[in-house]
Amino acid sequence: MTSLYTPGTCIRHRARPNSGHLGSLLCVLCVLALLPQTADADEVHVAVAANFLVTLREIGAEFHRQQGHSLVISSGSTGKLYAQITHGAPYEVFLAADAQRPQRLEKEAYAVTGSRFTYARGRLALWSREPARVDAAGQVLVTGKFSHLAMANVRTAPYGVAAKETLVHMGLWERLAPNIVQGEDIGQALQFVESGSAEVGFVALAQAKKRATGSYWLVPQEYHAPLTQQAVLLRRGSKHAAARAFMDFLRSTAARQIIQRDGYDVP
Amino acid sequence: MLRKAQARRHPSPLPFRVTMDTTPIWITLRLAAVSTLILLMLGTPLAWWLARTRAWIKTPIEAVVALPLVLPPTVLGFYLLIALGPDGWLGATWLALGGASLAFSFTGLVIGSVLYSLPFVVQPLQNAFESQGARPLEAAATLGAAPFDRFITVAVPLARRGFITATTLGFAHTVGEFGVVLMIGGNIPGKTQVLSIAIYDHVETLEYAQAHGLSIGLLAFSFAILFMLALMNRRHARRAVA
Repeated sequence: MTSLYTPGTCIRHRARPNSGHLGSLLCVLCVLALLPQTADADEVHVAVAANFLVTLREIGAEFHRQQGHSLVISSGSTGKLYAQITHGAPYEVFLAADAQRPQRLEKEAYAVTGSRFTYARGRLALWSREPARVDAAGQVLVTGKFSHLAMANVRTAPYGVAAKETLVHMGLWERLAPNIVQGEDIGQALQFVESGSAEVGFVALAQAKKRATGSYWLVPQEYHAPLTQQAVLLRRGSKHAAARAFMDFLRSTAARQIIQRDGYDVP
Repeated sequence: MLRKAQARRHPSPLPFRVTMDTTPIWITLRLAAVSTLILLMLGTPLAWWLARTRAWIKTPIEAVVALPLVLPPTVLGFYLLIALGPDGWLGATWLALGGASLAFSFTGLVIGSVLYSLPFVVQPLQNAFESQGARPLEAAATLGAAPFDRFITVAVPLARRGFITATTLGFAHTVGEFGVVLMIGGNIPGKTQVLSIAIYDHVETLEYAQAHGLSIGLLAFSFAILFMLALMNRRHARRAVA
């Protein structure tokens, strides 16, 4: 390939003191453009609801130790991941924070019929990073002084829905509405509280238990609809042995122990 | 080998690929390079035409080229998601031609980045072409050079600085992209998880150390690029005075 600035025959122009820059710039671009893309056949692409991310990493480590397959994990709110899957995202397994989205995926033929099962039942907790702020009865919501209450998105994230239901049940939704800050998913809600930007926030019990300091109130189960978290094998993973193996592993005793230890109920 | 090295650096060694490795950096560089090359190929004729034409459509097209400067990335991302998805016109055509799904793929990211960084490449080029005026080309024409020859041997070398500015800005802007790639990329490690998304992911999972590492690197890189451009412009200005 001749370079762009090779002088032609028609005319001689002024000296070009800078002409080397552009050439080397283009060379660098071409080298970078040809960087190899990594691809590994034995990787299972998993989309996971943000509340379960840390637990899934632990399960993935155990899965890798036992069977040698690796997980490639993308996390977000259940609603967002659902939208991505219906738009063609290349996930093979979906671990949702509710039962509704996996059901819909199954009905809409994005998921393999009969592969759906409940892998965990989540619990909601009100958490603060300050040790004495949250009391054991959640009275901080009624009497406490705070300017921001964090929670996950009340439309796309099941834990956000549960948080809203809890406040409605307690008759506090309207009063606290101006103080609520919504994270895109529960991971972001946790980050709001962890950074101190919000004094308190609704997070998953599993997340609250993992923090070294702080105080939390375990929201009674009858305050909100149950957080039945279901997994489903997506169409893309239907022929992938490692994806099927992971679905089985998620039901194994080893995986169930990890799930339980992190603060979920196992069916 | 690589995995072992990572394990030593991080307190919780994970045997599978998560966001803590250097993969996002390579994906970002590759995306920026591919996008910039495509932008130069598409942007050069477009900028040339915009600099020369007197047609009424010039102004509306200039406005369209500048749109990504003011539009929220979510607007671009939203329409791209619709267009690139399996039901969208672009995604469906691509699938019919035998390609894989465009949404949440590297190819989809390239399409998004090209649109998003378009003004950063076209505008410097257009300025460079416009500032030459018509005289050098007319002189070349009198000497008998054909239009394409005139373009390659006169206009492009004269617009050299415009090309360098366009290339660096296009590259740097693609590296710094966030909103569009988040919407059409889907944060898939090893495939579409670019630097800015990896940082977002680290912050959300409270892995501040990793977020710091990547952020400081990106900050230094962006500063270096802009500093180099400014330096080059200053040198040029001094030479022009002399």
